[in-house]
Amino acid sequence: MELAHLRRASTARPPSLTSPMTDPALRLGTDIVDVRSVEASIQRFGRRYLERVYTDAEIAYCSSGANGGADRFAARFAAKEATLKVLRPTDWRPEWRHIEVVRQDGGWCEIQLRGPAATLAKEQRIQIVSCSLAHEQSYATAVVLGSYRAPTTDSLSSPDHA
Amino acid sequence: MRDRIRSVLRQHAQLAQTIEELSDEADLYRAGLTSHATVNVMLALEDEFEIEFPESLLLRRTFGSVRAIEEALSSVPSPSSRS
Repeated sequence: MELAHLRRASTARPPSLTSPMTDPALRLGTDIVDVRSVEASIQRFGRRYLERVYTDAEIAYCSSGANGGADRFAARFAAKEATLKVLRPTDWRPEWRHIEVVRQDGGWCEIQLRGPAATLAKEQRIQIVSCSLAHEQSYATAVVLGSYRAPTTDSLSSPDHA
Repeated sequence: MRDRIRSVLRQHAQLAQTIEELSDEADLYRAGLTSHATVNVMLALEDEFEIEFPESLLLRRTFGSVRAIEEALSSVPSPSSRS
């Protein structure tokens, strides 16, 4: 009985997923970064590199990690690139600092968009809903999930989308 | 200028091929230029040419080839020309 319920649930599609090929409700972005490459950038360019790519809060948190926090910085760079893959800028791209990884007290992270990055997301009707970062000695990776809402008549008239 | 650009790419682009194998028009991303390596290339070009890339030039195509980099650098005012 439980299996039947799961089967029904798996075949039932929410209204926003009625045409996934042309109008996907979700966008996924991922990226992987070599931690040694980030470490080398910090050694070569120092604060100039950090301040060009990361926000003050990201620098404060990552720098408190072991060995200068290169693994943490690498994970954040991966998250920024993964976010760009969700936002899909066609040519011009937001600055890296306009995409911030905000660490929550519980240890998980969220993406906060600012300035032109936030504007791009709004224009694309994308909301970043979740992200996940991971790193070990050599590599860091991130996955970012965005929710896309198509400008359909239904979405404009439905109370759920008010 | 192209020799200096190629020197920066040789040191910082971490390409899958040597820069000598690539023409001025060759696609650097296809040759293995990653997003993170692009940051290094950008900062190294700023050091080499004593400029700062404005936000308007933070485009994927700005760093897409030796020729594209040359054109971008030509459009950035040098510090001595700034008022």
